[in-house]
Amino acid sequence: MTAIISVSNLSKTYASGFKALKSIDLEIRRGEIFALLGPNGAGKTTLISIICGLVNPSSGTVLADGHDISRDYRAARSAIGLVPQELTTDAFETVWSTVSFSRGLFGKARNPAHIEQVLRDLSLWDKRDTEIRRLSGGMKRRVLIAKALSHEPRILFLDEPTAGVDVELRQDMWRMVRKLREDGVTIILTTHYIEEAEEMADRVGVISKGEIILVEEKSELMRKLGRKQLTLALQEQLSAIPEALAAFDLSLAANGSELIYSYDTKAERTGITALLQALAEAGIRFRDLQTSQSSLEDIFVSLVRSRS
Amino acid sequence: MSQRSTGMGLINWHAIVAIYRFEMARTWRTPMQSILSPVISTSLYFVVFGAAIGSRMQSIDGVPYGAFIVPGLIMLSLLTQSIANASFAIYFPKFTGTIYELLSAPVAWWEAVAAYVGAAATKSIILGLIILATATLFVPLRIEHPVFMLLFLVLTATTFSLFGFIIGIWADGFEKLQVVPLLIVTPLAFLGGSFYSIEMLPPFWRVVTLFNPVVYLISGFRWSFYGVADVGVAVSLGMTMVFLAACIGAVAWIFRTGYRLKN
Ligand SMILES: Nc1ncnc2c1ncn2[C@@H]1O[C@H](COP(=O)(O)OP(=O)(O)OP(=O)(O)O)[C@@H](O)[C@H]1O
Ligand SMILES: [Mg+2]
Repeated sequence: MTAIISVSNLSKTYASGFKALKSIDLEIRRGEIFALLGPNGAGKTTLISIICGLVNPSSGTVLADGHDISRDYRAARSAIGLVPQELTTDAFETVWSTVSFSRGLFGKARNPAHIEQVLRDLSLWDKRDTEIRRLSGGMKRRVLIAKALSHEPRILFLDEPTAGVDVELRQDMWRMVRKLREDGVTIILTTHYIEEAEEMADRVGVISKGEIILVEEKSELMRKLGRKQLTLALQEQLSAIPEALAAFDLSLAANGSELIYSYDTKAERTGITALLQALAEAGIRFRDLQTSQSSLEDIFVSLVRSRS
Repeated sequence: MSQRSTGMGLINWHAIVAIYRFEMARTWRTPMQSILSPVISTSLYFVVFGAAIGSRMQSIDGVPYGAFIVPGLIMLSLLTQSIANASFAIYFPKFTGTIYELLSAPVAWWEAVAAYVGAAATKSIILGLIILATATLFVPLRIEHPVFMLLFLVLTATTFSLFGFIIGIWADGFEKLQVVPLLIVTPLAFLGGSFYSIEMLPPFWRVVTLFNPVVYLISGFRWSFYGVADVGVAVSLGMTMVFLAACIGAVAWIFRTGYRLKN
């Protein structure tokens, strides 16, 4: 079994009548880092909340680590750690006591050594006796992460972990996430930032308006990203691509006044020199040229647009 | 098999202990509010009703008035403090959002209830005993049926902590959190015979009073002190159990349906 979470046919209609999730199917693989990408209101938090038991699904099933999240909720939830999007912490408890509390809540026997390790990893050890209300926002987020890790979950949900977090903490966090994955923890994170997904994830899922519209290996996405376009503005319009240039991946645009060549930047030879030579031999002259790269952002935006 | 794989057994004891400890720690952080203020207000009752007015009152059923009101006063504090403790304990995490953690934890509803209600009841029982100790400074007391006294103390504290827990879940604002204790529980408690025997009422009001559940608690509790009661002790105990069962039923329904806790 490679899927650690399988979501099938999951729908959620809120009491207001709003349909936040529309028949979602999704499999998260054991040990991967999965980035769930989507605009505001897409349903990321709703999906996570259902898997973690905070929101009741309207229909559909979810298995976490092989356990049905409602019938076998104890086993399912024991495996899951959640860092919520909002900074919701106690105020008067100390860092140490709130993190220890979480471990107990999840049914684990006391283990001060583990709590210490978690606090050290998150640079919270010096703050262990500080009341949470005296911490900065970024530190509170670390506390939430520490609480989620206190009970040694096999699955970790990070709902927008880097919102309102400075560069340093972000890097700390990614270091920690990578380390967790090395230990075999499956990590699902949501983000608005494509660079984040690009940097961290093994696979990327895009959600929009309550539907998963794309799930792909990041490397596959990057391959698509690796493609570049060379646009040549021609001096004279062409009605068709000349026979002599058939070997190149070319297309005409702007009524034949533009010639577009697609190539792979990662290939050993991009073929640009050969193309330019062939163009000269065919007597095709151009006024201007320009190259462009489709980013994950472009793919994302066009995916979201095409659905609306 | 799934239960075993969590290493948790059938009951998540660690969670119950964690919540219970958390709640008790919250009390000791605010000892003034939790312990001192109820003790002071009860002492004032003794001064006013026991010493000032009581000196001019006849004894009731052979019990001096100052001593007569002690069980009623303890019950009064027990009711209001149980409700306040438990309703706040569950309302506050709802209000701040920290309840997300409880909802995402492998904790059965009855485990959460046991821990929150257990902590709230513990606090009000401790408080009741402190008030009892305070009372001995003002009036001579005797307790004829100490086991029954403790039984009534525990049952009442548990029942009203459950009731408070329900209010805390039902409330979606601080106003609602206050309104039930203020508009329903306090009047019922005051009219429940804390300061008088219902025998002293005109016949019509005596019958009306019998619909007040608090009458049975106070009557039974007072019986455990002095061996005299407005209503039979078996009836008192029975009514307390009925109310306890009703509260357990309501809490079970709330959690089965996810009422007001989950979308
Ligand atoms: N309790 C609720 N009642 C009604 N509608 C809700 C509720 N919670 C969320 N929604 C709606 O469901 C949709 C999805 O919300 P959700 O929080 O899952 O989005 P999201 O993808 O996490 O967005 P963001 O990136 O802003 O965090 C939104 O349109 C939101 O308004
Ligand atoms: Mg969200």
